[in-house]
Amino acid sequence: MTMRVFIPCDAGAVAVGADEVALALQQAAARRGLAIEIVRTGSRGLYWLEPMVEVATSSGRIAFGPVSVADVPSLLEAMVSEGPHALRLGAPEKIFWLRRQTRLTFARCGVIDPRSLQDYCAHGGYKGLERALTLGADAILAEVTASGLRGRGGAGFPTGIKWKTVAQASADRKFIVCNADEGDSGTFADRMIMEGDPFVVIEGMTVAAIAVGATKGYIYIRSEYPYAVAAMKTAIAVARRGGYLGARIGGSSHAFDLEVRVGAGAYVCGEETSLLESLEGRRGIVRAKPPLPAHKGLFGKPTVINNVLSFAAIPFILAGGAKAYADFGMRRSRGTMPIQLAGNVRYGGLFETAFGITLGELVDDIGGGTLTGRPVRAVQVGGPLGAYFPRALFDTPFDYEAFAARDGLIGHGGVVIFDDSVDMARQARFAMEFCAIESCGKCTPCRIGSTRGVETMDKIIRGERIGENTAVIEDLCNTMKFGSLCALGGFTPYPVMSALKHFREDFGPRPARLEAAE
Amino acid sequence: MTSLHQPSAYEPWDAARAAEIIAEHAELEGATLVILHALQEAFGYVPEPAIPMVAAALNLSRAEVHGVFTFYHDFRKRPAGRRVLKLCRAEACQAAGGDALAARAEAKLGIALGNTTADERVTLEPIYCLGLCATAPSAMLDGRLVGRLDEARIDALIVEAQR
Repeated sequence: MTMRVFIPCDAGAVAVGADEVALALQQAAARRGLAIEIVRTGSRGLYWLEPMVEVATSSGRIAFGPVSVADVPSLLEAMVSEGPHALRLGAPEKIFWLRRQTRLTFARCGVIDPRSLQDYCAHGGYKGLERALTLGADAILAEVTASGLRGRGGAGFPTGIKWKTVAQASADRKFIVCNADEGDSGTFADRMIMEGDPFVVIEGMTVAAIAVGATKGYIYIRSEYPYAVAAMKTAIAVARRGGYLGARIGGSSHAFDLEVRVGAGAYVCGEETSLLESLEGRRGIVRAKPPLPAHKGLFGKPTVINNVLSFAAIPFILAGGAKAYADFGMRRSRGTMPIQLAGNVRYGGLFETAFGITLGELVDDIGGGTLTGRPVRAVQVGGPLGAYFPRALFDTPFDYEAFAARDGLIGHGGVVIFDDSVDMARQARFAMEFCAIESCGKCTPCRIGSTRGVETMDKIIRGERIGENTAVIEDLCNTMKFGSLCALGGFTPYPVMSALKHFREDFGPRPARLEAAE
Repeated sequence: MTSLHQPSAYEPWDAARAAEIIAEHAELEGATLVILHALQEAFGYVPEPAIPMVAAALNLSRAEVHGVFTFYHDFRKRPAGRRVLKLCRAEACQAAGGDALAARAEAKLGIALGNTTADERVTLEPIYCLGLCATAPSAMLDGRLVGRLDEARIDALIVEAQR
């Protein structure tokens, strides 16, 4: 009997040797004359265990990890004999990290072959579209609205309202645009789902197209994600062959097709209007709103533009019903959020859970603290534009409003953990520097404010007139926050001001603390 | 010497070939970035004579195409070194010790980030996030991703890049 083995082809697993392990396993099996089929899946998102290898047994899949090439001979032996092995983890879904999750969006990621439409459908795929086709546009809009889904890119705008606005607009053409320009450091959920379950994104976009009457969609993926680009292109071709994209979606009268476009290294293109400019072939300069993209979006036509995770949540909502989704979460944050634990973290990876879990639970219980073993000092939530939280705020629940109330944001769900060797003045400087590098240049507060911010932070770091220069930083942040056109300039003050507010000791005459930390 | 300037994987500049690439994509809506990417993929950079050709094909001004070309970090004015080593410099990698590794790479190669070694073998560049944040710090040597970098791994990558 052919032994079936599952090894991720996810970029994060490949970066730590998954391809080499797959090759070694293939060769070792050939030497032993064993029939083996290696299925390349996405990642389960337990990155400290990558490369994680799973084998199908009579009692379900058994996982091993982290596997290195040197482990392969003994691993193969353990797989054949179903015997013990030092890296044996047991059934993957019973690993505490997965058991504690609520995987609605990521249910299939790491399980199925991302190139196989058959696999996708066998695991509940396209059930959402099927129901959407029977419901019709109005009922789809009602379901999405009732689910309480809010934009997972970070802004948290209600998806149902956005779709309804586009549905009500009249135009000869409408577009669906998927924002896969996942530039925030500490986030990789978009990448993972595109590499591990690309059909769920396609299905979500297709449902949106039916709801608003669009016939063409674009997925704008950043160039830093070559694996995701390849996976999405493959899946689109497969879906087209399977009749799920093209002139008659799933045998209906709806036409919809998709195209992948690749970014070119500009962070600001993650901002929706800048992304639309880029898609149109121009510099990624932010547009002033109004008009909203829902009225005048891509090529001036009504456009639904949503994050990858927003579209990926749609198939579950349609298939399982709005209530099933809305039953998870707290207050106005309904459903689940794929949270990403990253940086200096012991157990890093993707943790999808209902809103409401506290930051402290995430960092200490789920993440297991730092990889270096030193105390956690600061946690940046929501990417380069997100605030740094000290331990004192670890009781903050993961919820759009709760984070906003503490001058932070959940953004795209990235949580980057720093130990006590971090220098928060340097992190504040980096936030300004990053904004200066990536500013599109359209508005003055962002373009000039960030450059002045870097210069002023340099003075503070050198110990020059700290009091006065700190006042300048506060003033700059105030101008940027209220005067910038988009979130790049508008939110850069979050990391800067939170560093200043919660870690003031790092902005003073240097070194007592740093020496103590050495 | 030409082999270093024109890595074998890339084609030497050829206006007819460029015209062919441009024509292949010119019918797409908003084709500018698609064409610039395709040109760079073929030649390893976007040669200056290609800019007016793109402009003519898309009915844009030369200034507009130049503006797009210079806005995005990805597009190169001149060929990179034979190997391109990109180090992730964003927060997750900083938290995992990326600063020290970047400084080490700069010292070993004798160049600052954003530069190419004098022998044109290696271009060292920062990249803001490869999305490998749970296996940080990370890097990319040409198309190959490497996570969980430490001193030994970065040294090995540099040796490989210099070969």
